[in-house]
Amino acid sequence: MSIKLEHLNYVYSPGTAYEKQALKDINLEIPQGEFVGIIGHTGSGKSTLIQHFNGLLKASGGALYYNGENIYGDGYNMKQLRSQVGLVFQYPEHQLFEVDVLSDVCFGPKNQGLSSEECEKRAREALELVGFPEKYYRQSPFELSGGQKRRAAIAGVLAMRPSVLVLDEPTAGLDPKGRDDILNQVEHLHKNTNMTVILVSHSMEDIARYVDRIIVMNQGEKMFDGKPKKVFSHYRDLEKVGLAAPRVTYIMHALKARGMNVRTDATTVEEAAKEIIRSFHD
Amino acid sequence: MVQSEKLIYEYEKRDEEGNVIGMNRAIDGVDIDIPEGSFVAILGHNGSGKSTLAKHMNAILVPTGGTMWVDGRDTKDPMELWNVRQSAGMVFQNPDNQIIGTVVEEDVGFGPENLGIPTDQIWKRVEDSLKAVGMLEYRSNSPNKLSGGQKQRVAIAGVIAMEPKCIVLDEPTAMLDPNGRKEVIRTVQELRRRKKVTVILITHYMEEVIDADQVYVMDSGHIVMHGSPREIFSCVDELKRYRMDVPQVTMLAEELRKKGLQLPAGILKTEELVEALCQLNSNT
Amino acid sequence: MIRDITIGQYYPARSVIHRLDPRVKIICTLLFLISLFIQRSILGYLIATIFLGMVIYTSRVPLKYILKGLKPIIMLLLVTVLFTLFLTREGEELFHFWIFNITDKGLNISAYTAIRLIYLIMGSSIMTFTTTPNALTDGIERVLHPLNRVKVPVHEVAMMMSIALRFIPILLEETDKIMKAQIARGADLESGNMIQRVKAMIPVLVPLFVSAFRRANDLALAMEARCYRGGEGRTKMKPLVYRAKDYLAYAVIVLYMMLIFFVGRFVPFHIWIF
Repeated sequence: MSIKLEHLNYVYSPGTAYEKQALKDINLEIPQGEFVGIIGHTGSGKSTLIQHFNGLLKASGGALYYNGENIYGDGYNMKQLRSQVGLVFQYPEHQLFEVDVLSDVCFGPKNQGLSSEECEKRAREALELVGFPEKYYRQSPFELSGGQKRRAAIAGVLAMRPSVLVLDEPTAGLDPKGRDDILNQVEHLHKNTNMTVILVSHSMEDIARYVDRIIVMNQGEKMFDGKPKKVFSHYRDLEKVGLAAPRVTYIMHALKARGMNVRTDATTVEEAAKEIIRSFHD
Repeated sequence: MVQSEKLIYEYEKRDEEGNVIGMNRAIDGVDIDIPEGSFVAILGHNGSGKSTLAKHMNAILVPTGGTMWVDGRDTKDPMELWNVRQSAGMVFQNPDNQIIGTVVEEDVGFGPENLGIPTDQIWKRVEDSLKAVGMLEYRSNSPNKLSGGQKQRVAIAGVIAMEPKCIVLDEPTAMLDPNGRKEVIRTVQELRRRKKVTVILITHYMEEVIDADQVYVMDSGHIVMHGSPREIFSCVDELKRYRMDVPQVTMLAEELRKKGLQLPAGILKTEELVEALCQLNSNT
Repeated sequence: MIRDITIGQYYPARSVIHRLDPRVKIICTLLFLISLFIQRSILGYLIATIFLGMVIYTSRVPLKYILKGLKPIIMLLLVTVLFTLFLTREGEELFHFWIFNITDKGLNISAYTAIRLIYLIMGSSIMTFTTTPNALTDGIERVLHPLNRVKVPVHEVAMMMSIALRFIPILLEETDKIMKAQIARGADLESGNMIQRVKAMIPVLVPLFVSAFRRANDLALAMEARCYRGGEGRTKMKPLVYRAKDYLAYAVIVLYMMLIFFVGRFVPFHIWIF
């Protein structure tokens, strides 16, 4: 069970003046159950990449295997793939359209051809998973607060019971508490369901706190791929492509430069605090 | 520059048939006083009333109770409406939805055109404003081809071209990526230095308010905290209660204090923390 | 598909035509269109052809590009031509087959109709190819200005046009995004019959309208915040001013119109193509 990309290439508007190679020879494998972060500045190809995972974009070259099967093979069931790999776009609340929240969340399961009882069951389950309060189930999605709308929209994808959840900047535009709430919910989901979670984010602090592995995209190419500590140790290279390490990593480097005996690989506040305290006790 | 006294804003709550079923108070008894030339930040979670407050500064909304003065003018006075809007320019959150022109320079000229400025002066203002935000070389581009940060800089130029005394930025960075955010904040700070305008920044990104002269924190229509960034950020727990956060540096310092290190409260910058820790280290 | 339509697009180039005042271009285009309808002689069409050819040559817009603009109207053209061809009963019969009856008059009228339609499209696309949408809106606002006196909100209409021009690409992009998001939720937007397809578009159209209204609302606020209060008391950053070349262009079009008029008066009506 995995997503595997082999020499994947993608060219935008081929044969026109706007032709642009958006992805260049991407090779990677994401095993089931991993929590992966994808970072890269705007236009680095990360959004293009994730739209390949569920077949929304078709590669210009190379192959994508889902659970060992080439999705570009003849007769491959794309609809099946799309319910397996759930994709939550940026500002997903902009896709809400139904008269009430519950019906909107039912949209995905309905498209899967399930009975209306089953649809509702899955919708309720999904809304519960994202911590959406039951008293708003029958409310119009347009009357909710920003954070609630976002939850409802994410539930709309979860209701299809995907094995892989791809989130493109799920926290954009939310306030700090809203950001933490959504990410904690996602982490909780990952822990309890063995779902693969692929998180695209601009916040290095968030990425460092939640994911097991980071993929760095730059100009359509995979630049780094590895554990957060390892990736953020290349913070100088990251800066060159408009990215950065979490703030605490810089603090640790500065302390080390000033002669304190600390390791510099901390990426979260907790790790940094522990490491500084340790150096004081030594 | 901007002052309010017991400011109240209420709107009608309606049921599905559109009948009034009560009143909602978005702003409830707010007193603020923002001196000319200062940089003031207003923090608050989504729905705390901070955007509603911002809209009062430009007389897009008028108070239902209390008073708001902008540059000494009562915003309730219909005779002063256009003067208020000219003296307090406003930049909004969504970069796409506030650019009117199909060419950058024409958008920047939109405000001065509305004010009835003579043509040759419009050109001068447009050029100066685009230069001030570093977008002069894009003057004949289509706004659709710009990045989010660049669009916001054009929006800022559009406001400066009206030569306001004060710029109100209502979450100008909420929809931008980190580089766009930096770009906008840098532009705002540059403007403050060069043009001496009053800047009121509404945001929920903590890093952006570190350099502010004063910070107001809002929650459910009230001002719940007010002080210098250092004072505000030294109350980590209180901020968290209002769904806010602190910069990561402050968070780390707080964490270390809890673990017994003798650090001062309200550390805001990396250098400060590093300095304090090194001093502590050499003392032990 | 949508990308193939070149009518209404701007073709950037440096030519005298590009630099003409938009008012000149609008008025000249109108006059040219009128000229196509006030005469019916082969000589008249010859003059119109030469005139159009000269304008196209000066505009530096490739002929190929202009002809591409005709593609979407080919069907309309064919239908019109065939109808006039078969339904004209007057004149001398040239050909008869079943219920169809082709006369010399029918042949001539349909040929003229085709030429008129083609020149009409070519003439107006020259205007849009050489004028930026903004300049065009400005020009229309000024040309229609006299209508203000009969309470036509000319400024408002022009403002709406220019805002629409700015938001069309944004809304197209947004449509694409929403479609993708719904496809990701398993929506099937492509198969099924007409009714099913229209129904399948609801999850795309509702969010699109909601977003368009939100944008409209935001934009109205932003415009008010920047002191917009209608056309009164507004100055222009780029006011329209006639220059020498604009007067020259008017002189040329007047000359052309006179020529067409005289040809129409003095050359006998019945000189047909065929």
